[in-house]
Amino acid sequence: MTRMLAALLLSLAATATCASEAANIRASAAWIRVLPGDLPAGGYVTLQNPSTQPATLVGASSPSYGMAMLHESSRAGGMNRMRMVEKLVIPAHGSQMLAPGGYHLMLMHAKTPVAPGATVRITLTFADGSALPVDFAARPAGALGPHD
Amino acid sequence: MKPSGLLRAALVALLVGTGLLLGSCSRGGPAFKLTNITGHMPDLKFQLTNDQGKAVTAADYRGNVVLLYFGYTHCPDVCPLTLAHIHAALNKLGAEADGARILFVTVDPTRDTPSVLHAYVNAFDQRAVGLTGTPAAIEALSKRYRSAFSREPGDGHGNYEVSHSSGIYVFDRKGHPRVLSTPGTPQADLVHDLDLLLNEKVAT
Repeated sequence: MTRMLAALLLSLAATATCASEAANIRASAAWIRVLPGDLPAGGYVTLQNPSTQPATLVGASSPSYGMAMLHESSRAGGMNRMRMVEKLVIPAHGSQMLAPGGYHLMLMHAKTPVAPGATVRITLTFADGSALPVDFAARPAGALGPHD
Repeated sequence: MKPSGLLRAALVALLVGTGLLLGSCSRGGPAFKLTNITGHMPDLKFQLTNDQGKAVTAADYRGNVVLLYFGYTHCPDVCPLTLAHIHAALNKLGAEADGARILFVTVDPTRDTPSVLHAYVNAFDQRAVGLTGTPAAIEALSKRYRSAFSREPGDGHGNYEVSHSSGIYVFDRKGHPRVLSTPGTPQADLVHDLDLLLNEKVAT
């Protein structure tokens, strides 16, 4: 009984020292492209993972938008396509970019109009259930990146 | 005898070289950097509705260098990226770019009303015009330039995905197709070719 308890405590301690996926990720260059009216906006961010464990992004949510989804734009045979992405792995000691023309967050149904210059909080969710809140800079429609 | 033979050979080489240069100039037209489609596609022709709700045809844009792009406003990633790139290219050209028009033709006329299109295109560039029309008219224009689009099944909440061609078709002031720009080509190439077309003398 004592041994079982010790094992349980040990395993709990092991879990505690292993940081959550969200805690291992560094987010930078986070911005969204604001479009007029209620049109969906694209969200972009660079995710770096300096840890020894891969992290898997599985979703996003924001108090500012009714819906946030992970999407990927692709091009084949002169056609542009967009598809939903279930998960996106940020490899150990690696990084993953969400950037125009590739992976991006599709942000739909703004609860109140988002103006360029504003900051929008988007929470990224990982496979282990951990969450990473990131502040995204709202940029005008014609922006090509997080800064001019 | 020998030096004069050498001279003659040099003269012949010079003449042949000059002839080749002249020949390439007169036959090739301007040296475009983008894909040259001159003579390979039909002239610009359509009957659509502009973003002010007015019926327009290609004749309304004769005199402008036209950049034709098919897209839709519920495209949050690639369409804005393309329009932002065109805007940046036109800005590089300064005042002469006022002779250019971006014609953004929606392939999603159900959701893209003239007013939605108006707000959308003007968020990118004042020289952009949103065009919509009957599904048949849009399909006719798209087919004319061998551009394809399709609508994926919806999710039952009015959301659906649209695939569409990624090229930008550039027409000269007379409505003749000249170059095709595809995503990934350097902005400098588009700027270069637009500069050539905007400065082209239009013979009547």
